[in-house]
Amino acid sequence: MLSSLASLVTESGFAAVFLMADGWKNLVMIAIACVLLYLGIKKQYEPLLMVGIATGCLLANVSALGGFGNALYHQELWNAFLDSTSPYHHSYGYIMANGGLIDLLYIGVKAGIYPCLIFIGIGAMTDFGPLISNPTSLLLGAAAQFGVFFAFFGATLLGFTGNEAASIGIIGGADGPTAILTTTRLAPHLLGPIAVAAYSYMALIPMIQPPIMNLLTTEKMRKVKMEQLREVTKTEKIIFPIVVTIFIVLLLPSTAPLIGCLMFGNLLKETGCTDRLSDVAQNALMNIVTLFLGLSVGATMVGSNFLNIQTIYIVILGLIAFSFSTIGGLLVGRLMYRLSGGKINPLIGSAGVSAVPMAARVSQRVGQKANPSNFLLMHAMGPNVAGVIGSAIAAGFLLSVFG
Amino acid sequence: MENGHLGIGAAFVDALLGYLVVFIGLILLMCVVIAMGKIMVASTKKAAATVKMTAPAPAAAPAPAAPKKLAPGSAGEVKLYDTDPRDAAMIMAIVADKLGKPLNELRFKSIKEVK
Repeated sequence: MLSSLASLVTESGFAAVFLMADGWKNLVMIAIACVLLYLGIKKQYEPLLMVGIATGCLLANVSALGGFGNALYHQELWNAFLDSTSPYHHSYGYIMANGGLIDLLYIGVKAGIYPCLIFIGIGAMTDFGPLISNPTSLLLGAAAQFGVFFAFFGATLLGFTGNEAASIGIIGGADGPTAILTTTRLAPHLLGPIAVAAYSYMALIPMIQPPIMNLLTTEKMRKVKMEQLREVTKTEKIIFPIVVTIFIVLLLPSTAPLIGCLMFGNLLKETGCTDRLSDVAQNALMNIVTLFLGLSVGATMVGSNFLNIQTIYIVILGLIAFSFSTIGGLLVGRLMYRLSGGKINPLIGSAGVSAVPMAARVSQRVGQKANPSNFLLMHAMGPNVAGVIGSAIAAGFLLSVFG
Repeated sequence: MENGHLGIGAAFVDALLGYLVVFIGLILLMCVVIAMGKIMVASTKKAAATVKMTAPAPAAAPAPAAPKKLAPGSAGEVKLYDTDPRDAAMIMAIVADKLGKPLNELRFKSIKEVK
């Protein structure tokens, strides 16, 4: 009986904290998971994803302390999957035979399925009308990718490889699924910190952007009221996703998964004869994939992988990427203000960092603070959705160069 | 490039090239969208003009329809897209309150739900 008790104690997760080499790291990660849960639940920082990511992190680290057989996520299996010298290199069969629940869910991330399905949902929820009625918004969406390439350059200076730097840079696109897809393809070992940085900063946009917006614009600029947008016909809205798919994918074939799925979702919304599919994409599909994505991405935050100097660099570079994307959008916004003779409010430039519709709401809020009768939301939605296309093109470029 | 590490020069060129590709891609797309918009507007105008020209002359001038009775001070109807009339009324009241202007001095053209 004493030996049974002794084995029960030594096999418990509590004992593993002290007995396992990286046990203390798992304990730290459990604490981090609790902090993320607090931020998601109490502070409402992107709760739909943050709660899933935090729970995935919690489950992976708690179950890792229970030994290989009990773990829900096995970092060792995925290390073998990525190791070109291993007999299990790129073997999903090996993962399915030996993996836990989260390993199986993670296959969807690894194969790039979840980000694409989320893009179908985003497309079905997006109205491209403001962009179609004001196509110059696309310039702001392009300008706001500045942070992607600035952070990419900064990351290479810090000693990251080209693939890693590209994955870190894409955080500046302020687009979670794009960041996840790019990282999965280029630097899968950095997926945990990059996903957490991307979603955390997206949640912090209302805090990150306004000081930069106030710094780079004058009171007079912020007060500018923009003219009403023209009405867009139904036909234009149906043709738009088809034209964008053909044009962008032919231009940069590596954007096909993201642009193709985004525009497919939008086509479902706009056709008027696929309402049921559009409804599924916007609600059921989006919710299910968000659940799987959050859990499996969070599970990659295993102590031995996450607690290192690289994670700190990624967190800092992510903030730089977000800030410089905002700066890029605002500077081109200022240029358009001058060229249009003061008709364009440069605040809509900051909405070019995708993060739909949070960034557009921030433009609206800052604009209304300067002029209470100012309604910039619909004007800011143009650059905002252009930012989604822009970040997909930036990701496509990085994938074609480093993939 | 050594072990996947980029030199400063190569990283700078890649970053610059990437930013240019995004700009060029979106500028070209902008041209396509502008062209598409012009074609659509032109075809809508043409269709409207054709309908006007081919429409047979009415045998007798129809009696003018009785004008729709508008509320005092109203400037017409508001187009609602995916918006409940109840929500629209609330939004209009909030906007009027925020601006500190009477509701019948404001003109709402359309209200659309931003998803």
